[in-house]
Amino acid sequence: MNQLDATFAALADPTRRAILARLIQGEASVMELAEPFAMSQPSISKHLKVLENAGLISRGRDAQRRPCRLEAKPLAEANDWLERYRKIWEGNFQRLDALLGAMKAEKAPDSTDQ
Amino acid sequence: MSTTTLPGSTVATLTVTTPSDREIQITRIFDASRPMVFDCWTIPELLKGWLHGPDGWRLVTCEIDLRVGGATRYVWQHRDGRSMGMSGAYGEIVRPARIVATELFDEDWTGGETIGTVVFTEQAGKTLLTQTVLYASQAARDGALGTGMTRGMGESYAQLDAYLASLQDAAKGAA
Repeated sequence: MNQLDATFAALADPTRRAILARLIQGEASVMELAEPFAMSQPSISKHLKVLENAGLISRGRDAQRRPCRLEAKPLAEANDWLERYRKIWEGNFQRLDALLGAMKAEKAPDSTDQ
Repeated sequence: MSTTTLPGSTVATLTVTTPSDREIQITRIFDASRPMVFDCWTIPELLKGWLHGPDGWRLVTCEIDLRVGGATRYVWQHRDGRSMGMSGAYGEIVRPARIVATELFDEDWTGGETIGTVVFTEQAGKTLLTQTVLYASQAARDGALGTGMTRGMGESYAQLDAYLASLQDAAKGAA
């Protein structure tokens, strides 16, 4: 599996997306992460393993806490990929906005709402 | 995530998400009625006014046989002379609500045929457009735009936050 596949596969689960959203605010321990999810620590740990294997998070060395932190690079790459797609369509849609505006103006020449 | 100000000061936000491992989905609101947006999507003279794709390209040929099973043919040309063609066929046509059509580029850079579904939803006099492209495989989807992907660093956490929020919205919408 390439990095982009691994990133999107890891992001396919709502709990894992919520964990990442939480880690954007700063690092957290497994216990802190488990708290809002009403989920056992072992099942949170399973999700963390998936995120860690995909390179989306890293775990600290502190043997007691092993805090989790976000690794921004793979997410940024996934974002770049979507961004290229978005740019092409935004260009198309801005032209479509202009075309629709012209069609509306033609249909209602007395309209003054612009 | 981007915002564009439309005439009348409404804001149109284009979102791009990946609702499953073989799909890409785009949503966008247009300040026009559904029949009008539907026509812009299905009448060649209108499509040639906007569906030009990336900078430097123009949609020069557009042939549409608007009935179930009817064929489509699109050809784009770059100002340096290169051209790019795509053929397909309609699977469903429900004016002004929905279009399903297959698409295949001549060079097949999407790793097989894709199936495009466009849904037009009325929203307070405006039209919410939802376009979903289903690829033959996850590798095909990721490969379609993954080549030449820039490895830019320094994305802000705010952008990641917006990106994750859009994924969560998409997950909610799919549920």
